[in-house]
Formats: sequence, C-alpha cells, structure tokens
Amino acid sequence: MELTHEQAKRWLLNFHQKVTDNKAYLSELDQAIGDGDHGSNMARGTEAVKDKLGSVTEDSLEAVLKQAAMALISKVGGASGPLYGSAFMAMAKTAKETSELSTLIEAGLDGIKHRGKADVGDKTMIDMWQPVTSALHEDDLTEVTIDQALEDVKPLKAKKGRASYVGERSMGALDPGAVSSGYLFTALIEEVLA
Amino acid sequence: MTLGIVVASHVDHIAEGVHRLLKESAPDVSITYAGGTDDGEVGSSYALIEAAIEQNDSDTLYCFYDLGSAKMTLEMVSEMTDKDVTIIDAAFIEGAYTACALIQGGYKQAEIDDQLEPLKVK
Repeated sequence: MELTHEQAKRWLLNFHQKVTDNKAYLSELDQAIGDGDHGSNMARGTEAVKDKLGSVTEDSLEAVLKQAAMALISKVGGASGPLYGSAFMAMAKTAKETSELSTLIEAGLDGIKHRGKADVGDKTMIDMWQPVTSALHEDDLTEVTIDQALEDVKPLKAKKGRASYVGERSMGALDPGAVSSGYLFTALIEEVLA
Repeated sequence: MTLGIVVASHVDHIAEGVHRLLKESAPDVSITYAGGTDDGEVGSSYALIEAAIEQNDSDTLYCFYDLGSAKMTLEMVSEMTDKDVTIIDAAFIEGAYTACALIQGGYKQAEIDDQLEPLKVK
C-alpha cells in the first residue's frame, strides 16, 4: 500500500501524542536499564517534529519525512535522535523512488541498523522494527504484531547501547526504544492501516 | 594539511574542560569542541557538532567523543560535511591528548595513528 504525505503527517502527529502521553512511562523503563531520559528526549524530539510539520507547505512525502528526520536529529539529544533520525532520513531518500509503505519502513530499519551497528536480538528498537517490517511485507501488521514483539524483546540480554552495561540485569526488562517504536507503529496502524 | 581535533561530549563543561587541557600541550593545533544539547542539557547536538567540525581551521579532522550518542551524531555530521573526518574510538581524554601533543610536535599522521591504536577501548 502507498503512504501519502497527509497520512504521514497524521501518523507523526499521532506518534507525538502517544510519546507525550507516555513520557513518564518511557523514562521509567529507561531508568531500569539505561540513563532514564528516553521519555523526555522523545517528547522533546516529537514536539519538534510537530512544529516542523507545520512549515511543510508542499504536498511531498519526501519533505514530510525529511523534516521529521531533521527535527529528531536536532532535538532529541540522546542516542535515539541519530537512530530515529537516520530511520526517517532513509525513508525520505526512499520516498524519492516509491511511496510503498513496507519498502519505506524497511529502508528505515536499514537506516537504524547502519547507524547503530546493531541487529535483531540485541534488545534494541530493531527488535520492534524488524517484525513490523516483516508483517508489512505480508500485509498483516496489527496490534498483535506489536504486542508479540514486546513480549519477545523482554527476555533478551542487551548487547548495544547503555543497557548493555547492565548485561544480565536487562533480561526481563522492556527496551524503551522498542516500546517507543511500538507507539510509532500503533500510530501507523491507527492513521494509515485502519 | 595539518590535522585538526574535534572534541564531542555529552556535557558542555566536559567539552570545554577537555579543550582547555588539550590547548595546554597543543597551543598551535586547531581544536574545536561541542558539548551537550542545543539547550545546554546533557546529550548531543547535531548543530553544535556540525559547527565544531565546520569551524575547525583544518579540513582533515580527528574526532574524539565520550559516549555512544555523541559518536552517532559525529557520524551523521561526517556523512554530510565535505571535510575528511575520522572518528577515533580511543579513550576520550587520553586519545585526544595524545593526538594533540603529537600534532603539535610535528609527527606524521601514520605515526599518530600508531600511538592511538593501543588507546582504542571502544
């Protein structure tokens, strides 16, 4: 299915709302295995996305995704800035060629893997993006995909980022990046797929 | 062209302090720094790191960082700039200090690389 620039805007605004509503919860998850700032960083970043979207006047999917990327890169402050930023930048580049949703999300996933030098099973946001990408290719992305990905990420031992410092202690905990990515894809389901 | 040094930290005062330390041993080396977010909070700023890279007098830069997100932000800027940027995974202060002292001493890039190699910890 094709993603339009209007859908992309609604998707990002919905994501901003979910992150803002769950800011304290995301920071609490991060407190357990990281540095405790994921909620406030992502709230600041998505607020900047919201502001930037207001200035996108042209009817262009690429422009929407690129402005989102720039806002996240500039304003998040933590590691999720370059990671989410690289995802949206990769999607913006891909949007020059195609607006096919699964292709765009896969480009985003590749952008995160490239930036974070991480892969599936490292207990990162990739453990949300990968199953979501697979489900989109099958035309079968639902809340079940997201819930299952969160269940699957819990037992993993963190191998990347700040959470890897606590090693074994990360097992059984949710990864905050996977959770915030879950909000991104719930927003996608609500605004684009529903 | 002589190497320049860029220092990127999560905290403005750390970046400033490391810069001060480096200048002691390398007064003639172009050293620029970025610390914290745009708002002076703990974190990394694309804009500040980009400015540190662009404002350095040298076009060939060795960049040192404290933690992962400063590295990722350095990588993003390095992909956008025309300068020749190398991110060094060495112990932050020891690495930057060694590189600065050797540049000041007129050592060649290959010799500096050799000395940095055992300081790589990340």
